[in-house]
Amino acid sequence: MNGVHDMGGMHGLGPVVPEKDEPVFHHEWERRAFALTVATGFLGKWNLDMGRFAREQMPPAEYLATSYYEHWLWGLEKLLEDKGLVTRAEIDARVTGRSSAPGPAARPAPEGLRVLHASNVERVLRHGRNARVDAQVPPRFRQGEHVVTRNINPPGHTRLPRYARAKRGVIAEDHGVWVFPDAHAAEEGPRPQHCYSVCFMAREIWGPQAAERDRIYIDLFDDYLDPA
Amino acid sequence: MAMSHGHEHEHPGEHGAPLSDLQLRVKALESLLVDKGLVDPAALDALIDTYETKVGPRNGARVVARAWVDPAFKRRLLEDGTATVAEFGFVGRQTDKLVVLENTPKVHNMVVCTLCSCYPWAVLGLPPVWYKSAPYRSRAVLDPRGVLKEFGLTLPEDVEIRVWDSTAEVRYMVLPERPPGTDGMSEDALAALVARDAMIGTATVTPPAGQGRR
Repeated sequence: MNGVHDMGGMHGLGPVVPEKDEPVFHHEWERRAFALTVATGFLGKWNLDMGRFAREQMPPAEYLATSYYEHWLWGLEKLLEDKGLVTRAEIDARVTGRSSAPGPAARPAPEGLRVLHASNVERVLRHGRNARVDAQVPPRFRQGEHVVTRNINPPGHTRLPRYARAKRGVIAEDHGVWVFPDAHAAEEGPRPQHCYSVCFMAREIWGPQAAERDRIYIDLFDDYLDPA
Repeated sequence: MAMSHGHEHEHPGEHGAPLSDLQLRVKALESLLVDKGLVDPAALDALIDTYETKVGPRNGARVVARAWVDPAFKRRLLEDGTATVAEFGFVGRQTDKLVVLENTPKVHNMVVCTLCSCYPWAVLGLPPVWYKSAPYRSRAVLDPRGVLKEFGLTLPEDVEIRVWDSTAEVRYMVLPERPPGTDGMSEDALAALVARDAMIGTATVTPPAGQGRR
């Protein structure tokens, strides 16, 4: 989607302000929101691409006015609601104290959900979820081949940034076969295909204001590319 | 919705401590998920502990220092970052593919994720706020030299800048140049010189005190 999350090339968003000796988290709620998002990701109700797409659907003015973990929290609430696990009304009720009484003993998880338990945390972090696919899919392009990115504007999730559409580049490396995020986010299956590191001259993208020798490398899938 | 305010009202919490809107909302969400059996609070504690104490840029710094002292390791690292870094057994979330980019006097690499905030968690931990912020995500690709100046780094015209936009599941880490005046330093002492930003590509590694700046 042509959302505000797709920020490459925008002006006016202010200077970069690094923080000295920055802590990993700034607030307790950030710790919990981070961990809740990671933990519920293992339930098996959504994938990484659906998670990203959920955050992208935060209203743009709100997205720009809020912090990273607020985006995560908004996306998590959306996924939980979309999958019928928790409604925003239920959360609101707890926040306002209308249903603050601690529930009875925690219920067992609904059938078929994989709840992440403490004893499994280290193992799942070591092995994680894989976006790489072992399928034998022939590559459409070879290293060194000239390509042009497609001019697509899908309303759904895509990992082809706006600034890189209809631009000419060269295949720098074939990363192998991966899940295709656009299809995966739409729950249309993995549609496995090759992903490449594609090299663009900065001037091809930004024109003469860019430094002549600078380059931008972007990881792009077969379905984003045509032969140049 | 309370969380959309973008600022934090203070409310008395259950133990008298002030709780922000966000704190209240996340607490409410966690208690709901626990009651529904969807979340084990001890797993949340373990995840937080992992990223606060076990995974962070010290991991990446160890990789960089090893590459500086061991040419065969460096060769393998640049050829196959995933397998070579796996030798360290870091507990951070495993990446499907890690690519290590070597900075040289003529090529400077820097990493961004313009679409969200993809970052090599296993070697650098969780990203800093500036990496996830709109200013960096918007201009790292458009004006890398201007962004680097905001970090206090001015590169000569004849240095080629390569910006890597992490748009897929491949993760990138920069192997910075070894600073002068570090001959004979131990691997551990070298690792202590390597700060996070040098492995994102928004800084270089500063020589140890007394060696002067380049």
